Amino acid sequence: MSQTFVGMPSFPKNAAKAVQDSQLRFNLRKATHTIRGKRAAVVGELPDWAELRQAGKAIKDHTLRHLDEYLLQLEAAVSAAGGTVHWAKDAAEANRIVAGLVKATGEREVVKVKSMATQEIGLNEALEAEGIKAYETDLAELIVQLGDDWPSHILVPAIHRNRAEIREIFLAHMPDAPPDLTDEPRALAEAARLHLRERFLRAKVAISGANFMIAESGTLVVLESEGNGRMCLTLPETLISVVGIEKLLPTWRDLEVFLQLLPRSSTGERMNPYTSMWTGSVEGQDFHLVLLDNGRTDVLADEIGRQALRCIRCSACLNVCPVYERAGGHAYGSVYPGPIGAILTPQLRGMDTELDRSLPFASSLCGACYEVCPVAIDIPSVLVDLRAKARHPRTERAGMAAAGWVFNRSARLARAQRFGGRMRRLVPKRLPGPLSGWTDTRDLPDIPKDSFRAWWNRTEGGTR
Amino acid sequence: MRVALFITCVNDTLFPGTGRAVVTLLRRLGVDVEFPQAQTCCGQMHVNTGYPAEGVRLASHFTEIFAEYDAVVTPSGSCTAMIREQYPRLAVTAGAAAKQPGLREAVGEVVPKVYDLSEFLVDVLEVTDVGAYFPHRVTYHPTCHSLRGLHLGDRPRRLLEQVRGLELVPLPGAEECCGFGGTFAVKNRDISAAMCADKVGNVMKTGAEVLCAADNSCLMHIGGTLSRQKSGVRVMHLAEILAATEGGAR
Ligand code: SF4
Repeated sequence: MSQTFVGMPSFPKNAAKAVQDSQLRFNLRKATHTIRGKRAAVVGELPDWAELRQAGKAIKDHTLRHLDEYLLQLEAAVSAAGGTVHWAKDAAEANRIVAGLVKATGEREVVKVKSMATQEIGLNEALEAEGIKAYETDLAELIVQLGDDWPSHILVPAIHRNRAEIREIFLAHMPDAPPDLTDEPRALAEAARLHLRERFLRAKVAISGANFMIAESGTLVVLESEGNGRMCLTLPETLISVVGIEKLLPTWRDLEVFLQLLPRSSTGERMNPYTSMWTGSVEGQDFHLVLLDNGRTDVLADEIGRQALRCIRCSACLNVCPVYERAGGHAYGSVYPGPIGAILTPQLRGMDTELDRSLPFASSLCGACYEVCPVAIDIPSVLVDLRAKARHPRTERAGMAAAGWVFNRSARLARAQRFGGRMRRLVPKRLPGPLSGWTDTRDLPDIPKDSFRAWWNRTEGGTR
Repeated sequence: MRVALFITCVNDTLFPGTGRAVVTLLRRLGVDVEFPQAQTCCGQMHVNTGYPAEGVRLASHFTEIFAEYDAVVTPSGSCTAMIREQYPRLAVTAGAAAKQPGLREAVGEVVPKVYDLSEFLVDVLEVTDVGAYFPHRVTYHPTCHSLRGLHLGDRPRRLLEQVRGLELVPLPGAEECCGFGGTFAVKNRDISAAMCADKVGNVMKTGAEVLCAADNSCLMHIGGTLSRQKSGVRVMHLAEILAATEGGAR
C-alpha cells in the first residue's frame, strides 16, 4: 500500500488525538448519521434484502473459489475486444506498468476517476516521481488532493471537511476559483465544475478503477454520482484501468444483484446515477487493464480472512461504526479506514508495525458493521481471528496466562474471590498502569464481601 | 427438567446480587435451579483479546460441566453470545482438533441448551408476567451482543412491560454500542470513553432513575461513568428488576 502512512503511531494514539477535535467529531457525526438513516430507509423498503445479501455473498464466494479460471476468461474476453491486459503482482509493478503506458503516449498529464485501487498503490505519487501529473476529478478527491490531504472515507474522501473548509481550500489552491466564492454547496460545485471541465477537454489519458469486471464479456463497470467519471472514461484517447483481482463477477446477470446492493448500501439511493460500462477498446480509444494482486492472493489463502475480499467498498460499515465516527478515517493509517480497513489493511500489509498490529483491536466488536454489510462479511469474527495472530504485549500475555490459570479450576477462582473480598477496602479509586484507562473516566464497582459461589455455599443456595 | 445456572465469572465475582436475583426469580416460577460448583468462565475475554487456546480449554471445561443438564441459564448476553457464536468456531480450529478432539460433538450437544435469562423466561417457560413489582422510571439498553448476537428482540421489553409499577421510557440511540467491548475499554480508552459519554448523555435525556440491561459488563462501564458524573441514575440488571416484589422491592 501507499508509503504515506509509514511511521504512523498506533490506532489508539491517533484516535485519542482525533477524538479531541470537536469540529471533526461534529462533521463526522452529522455526515455518518445522515447516510446511515438514508441507507436504513432504502434497505428497509426491499422485502427481499436478506435474500439479495445472501446472493451477493454466494456469488462473490463462488467467484473467489474459481478466481483463477475467471481471471483467464476475463483476460481472453478483454483481449478479444481489443483491450490489453497487464498483470501486476504488487504496487511497484502496477505503478511501473501505468507510468510506462502513460509515457508511451507522450503525455505528461492524466485525469483520474475516483479509485481505491490506485490510492492503495500510491499511483499519484509514483506518477509524480516520473514527471506525470495526475488530476483527481471526483469532487471529494479533488478537495483532498488540493488540500494536500488524505482521504478519510471510502465513498466520501473529504467527509472530515465542512463547507467552510472546502471554500478555503478552493480559494487557496484552485487558481481559477472566483475570488467571491461562497460556501454554498451550489457555488462550490460550480467552481469545481468549471475547473474540471477544462481538464476533461484537454486530457488525452485517463486512469480509472472499476467496481466490477464481468468475466464472460470482459466488461468493466464504474458506478459514480457526478458524471465526472464518465467524462474521463469517454473523452480521452487512452484509458488505463487498475483493478483488484477480486472485483470479478462471472456473468452479466450477476450485476442484477450488485446494482441493487451497492447504491442502497453506499449512498442510500435506490439506483445509481451514473453507471458506465465498457468492453475493450472502442473507436478512438485504446484500453489497458492492469490486474492488481498486491497481497490479495495471500488473503485468499486465509480461511477466515478471505471473506474480506467479498467487499464491494460501499462504506456502509464505516457509516454505522461508533469507533470510526469518533476516531475519523485518518486514525486507521490506510486508504481503507473503518471496520473493513481494520480487517483488510493488516491482511494486505501484514502486522509488522505498531499501527498495523493495533488495527484489529480498533473495535468494540459491537457487530453493527456485520449487520449492514451487503455481502455479509462477518467483520467481528475476522477481527477476533486477526487478534489471535497479532503479537501481544508481554504484560498482557502474563495477565492473560494468570487469568487462564485461575479459570482452569473453580477452587482457584474461589480462592481469588475470597482474597479480593478481603482486600476490597484496599482497592484504590484510581488504578495504575494500563488499567488507569478504566478509572480515568469511570468509578470501579464495589467489590462484594461474598462472591456468588460463597453465598450459595454458605446458604445452600439461599435455602438457609 | 434439570436447570443449571451459569453465573459467569464477572457476576460471580463482582455482581453476586444478580445471581441471587436469578435464583429468587426462577424459584418463584417453580424452577429448581442448580449451581454446578466447577464452573468458572466462558472464555470471552481470552478469545476476544486474541488468546484462543485458553478459549478452547475453557469451552471444553464448560461443556463437561453442563453436559448433564437440560437447560443452562445465563444472566449475560455477551457470555451467551460467546458460547453460541464462538464455541462452534473454536471447536473446529486446528488447536482444538489437536488438544480437544471431542469438543466439536460436545459443543453441538451443549450449546443449543444454553439460554440467556430472557430467552429462558419467554421461550422455555413461556412467561412474560413474572409477578414483579418495581415502582420506578426505567430505561433499557439492549447491549450489542443481546441485540445483534442473540437477537433477543423485544423479549426484555415484554418482560419489563409486565412489571407492576414500572414506567418504561425509550432510550434514544439505544442500539448504539456503549463502548465497553472488554479489553477495548482499556486498549482504546479514549474512544471507549467518548462512546460512553454519548450513551450516558442519552440515558440522562430519558429522566430515568434506573438504567437496565441484561449484561453487567456493559452496566459496569456505563454505571461507572454515571457514578463518576454523580448523575444519580443507578444501573440494575434485568434479573434484579424481575426478581423484585412488593414488600421486597428496593
Ligand atoms: S465490508 Fe461490507 S459494508 Fe464494509 S465497505 Fe465492504 S461491502 Fe461495504
